[in-house]
Order: sequence, then structure tokens, then C-alpha cells
Amino acid sequence: MSDNNYGTIVKDGLWEQNVVFAQMLALCPTMAVTTSGTNGLGMGLASTAVLVVSNILVSIIRKTVSDQVRIPVFVVLIATLVTIVDLAMNAWVHELYKVLGLFIALIVVNCAILGRAEAYAVKNGVLASAADGLAMGIGFTGALTVIGLVREFLGSGTLFAQASQMLGPAFAFLEVQIPDYGGALLMILPPGGFAVLGFMLAGKRIIDQKLAARGEAAAAPATA
Amino acid sequence: MNLDTLRDKLGYQPLLLGVVALLASAALAVVSSATAPAIAAAEAKDLRDSLSDVLPAGLADNDFLKDTVDIDRDGKAVTVYRARRGGELQAVLFKVAERGYSGEIQVLMAVDMDGRTLGVRVLKHTETPGLGDKVELRKDDWVLDFNGKSLGDPAPEKWAVKKDNGVFDQFAGATITPRAVVKAVKGGLAFYAARKQDITAGSGS
Repeated sequence: MSDNNYGTIVKDGLWEQNVVFAQMLALCPTMAVTTSGTNGLGMGLASTAVLVVSNILVSIIRKTVSDQVRIPVFVVLIATLVTIVDLAMNAWVHELYKVLGLFIALIVVNCAILGRAEAYAVKNGVLASAADGLAMGIGFTGALTVIGLVREFLGSGTLFAQASQMLGPAFAFLEVQIPDYGGALLMILPPGGFAVLGFMLAGKRIIDQKLAARGEAAAAPATA
Repeated sequence: MNLDTLRDKLGYQPLLLGVVALLASAALAVVSSATAPAIAAAEAKDLRDSLSDVLPAGLADNDFLKDTVDIDRDGKAVTVYRARRGGELQAVLFKVAERGYSGEIQVLMAVDMDGRTLGVRVLKHTETPGLGDKVELRKDDWVLDFNGKSLGDPAPEKWAVKKDNGVFDQFAGATITPRAVVKAVKGGLAFYAARKQDITAGSGS
């Protein structure tokens, strides 16, 4: 496979093959952490970092690893990587770790990372794999943040609550609180996560159909 | 013999797995030993900060990190930090732990000489982000509810979350976490009451 078109990689990562909205991967961490926009963003960024590095490493060793044992090799690789990130953050960026620390260990169970290793990095060059990891990671971050924001908005009436704790005081302007809104608890609980995801999947499908219809309409006169 | 034919040999698979496992373990060992001092230092700083956090300002004038005594509790040694002013014992601080929703919750508490809590903080936990992590002071001021409480106030059967007919709030979507913290604090107060003689004995170092 020599699909090294970076435009396609970015488009796939952000929309066509979006980890959550198209591949339906990584739903476990998605449901678990998207109770607020800030949590979603934090998990997304940490996953992106691991995804890029794991894609690069898998791509480097892809010629050495045989098909028969590739899965255990990749699992060991990803678990090692996440543990190293966890230890390093704990040691050197301790303040950030105290906020993000909860999410780091969850990345091990993120099947999107193994998924990209299997589906892309093992067949492609290092640069393309890194780009794929970055695009997929950003798409994942975007999906988590949007789901998180919707659930947070409906569930607790805030947007980006506690963002300044994670990103620094400069980002305090992101925090929005809707006055006199008690919040619908259901949206914070797991059923709310599935409901929001369901509506978003339906929305994506409608947009995709509209786009396809427009594409056909535009193509029709040319062929006629 | 080139790599492609070698890759399909039976012996290649365990060898590859072994090498990968070896490299992974080596990488982890190196990173673990490289980060251990920094992690220990960061955790010691956290401890000092949180110890100062649960003590009302100006209550102690000694270095309570040094004035410690190890007390046996159910077979485990609990380090008790003793805060003094003018040599007079004012409060003791110690850690308690309880199993929460996912793993152990470590709680630090300060108790005054009459067995009242001066302050409670959750040091370490792995509860669900956004639900159970409201036991952290920076997410919610729930832990401040413990201030001034003692074993007799509220009554022992009221030392529970509201769902269990107690006096402490639970969180929406997370009952097990606050329940565990309440249990930990109650256990800590009982530990202090039972071992007060040993805890206050000696002048420390």
C-alpha cells in the first residue's frame, strides 16, 4: 500500500475514518471521560501523543516483526510506551500529571492505538505513519471534546469547567457557567454518553448523505 | 538467507517475542530508575504541602515532618506526624486508606487533641474523572464537611452518606467513592481514639 497522500491522511483522520464517529473504536475511554469538555480534551491530547509515537515505532520495526506474533509485540510496545509516559510525567511535570494522571493509564486500553498500528503503521513508512497518528489523534481529540462539551453543557450547565487547571491560568477564559441551571444528571451518566454519541453519529450520516448528493449533482452535468 | 524467509521460521517467533520483551523490560527498568528520585521528591513535596494544608495556619511551630511516631494498625505501620506549638501537642496527622470504586483512596487527616477532625484531604485516588474525583478539594469543597466532626458528633450511625441515612452528601453518579472516604475518616478517628496513649507518648525526635 503506497497511500502516502497527506491530504487523504488528514481527511481520513478528522472525518472519513474518525476514530469515534466512523471507526467506532475506543468507545470505552470515550464514554468514561467525556463528562466534561476539559476531560475529553486532556484524554485526547494524551492519546494523540502516544498514538504518534506508537505509529512511528511500529512503522520502524514493521519489516522485522512477523505476522504470526505481531499482535503481542504491538501490545507490549504500546503498554511499555504508556508506562514510560506515565512515569516521566509523574517525575518531571508533576503538576500536570496530577490533573491528567487519571487518563494516562486508560490509554493502554484504547484500541484505537493498536487499531492504527494494525491498519496503517504496519503497512506504511515512518513519516506517513506519524502523520496518520497525528491526524487520527486530532480527530479523536476533537470527537472527545465535542461529546464532552455537549454532555457538560446539558448535564452541568458549564463549558470547559476547570480548563485552567489543566492548561494553565491563561485558559480560564474558556470556562463558561450558565447561571441558574441545575443540570440534567442523565447526561453526565453513561446513558447520556450513548445518547449524545448516537445523535452525533446520526448527524454525521446526514451530513455525509448531503455531501454525497451534492457530489453527484455536481458530477451529473459533466458526464451528461 | 534474507529476512523474508527467516521471518516464517518457527524459531524466529519466540526469539522475536523474547527480544521485544527484553527490550521493553530494559526500557522500563531504565526509565523507572531514572524517574524514581524525581517521583519520590515530588511526592514528598506533595505530602509536605498537603500536611500544611489540613492544619489550620499558625497552629504548629515545629517541623512536624520530623516529629513522627510509627503506630501499628492492623499489622501495618501508620506514620503519625505530630504538630506542636511551644512544645505542646496540638494535633496529629496521619494517612488512612479505604477501597473506593476503582482502587485504593488515600486520605490524609488532621485530628486535634479532643478527637475532632481539623481537616481532611484526599491524597491519591483512581476514581472516575468527573464523577468520583469530587472528593478532591480543587474539584469540590465536599471534604470540608468533615471539619470539626468527631466520633460522637455526628452519632456513629450517622457517619455515612445520606443514601445510607448518614449526614454526608454523596455525589450524583458516584456513591461508592464518598462512602469509602467517610468510612476511612471514621476509621481514622477510631484509630486515634483507641491509640491516643501511644500516639501522644514520647517527645519525638
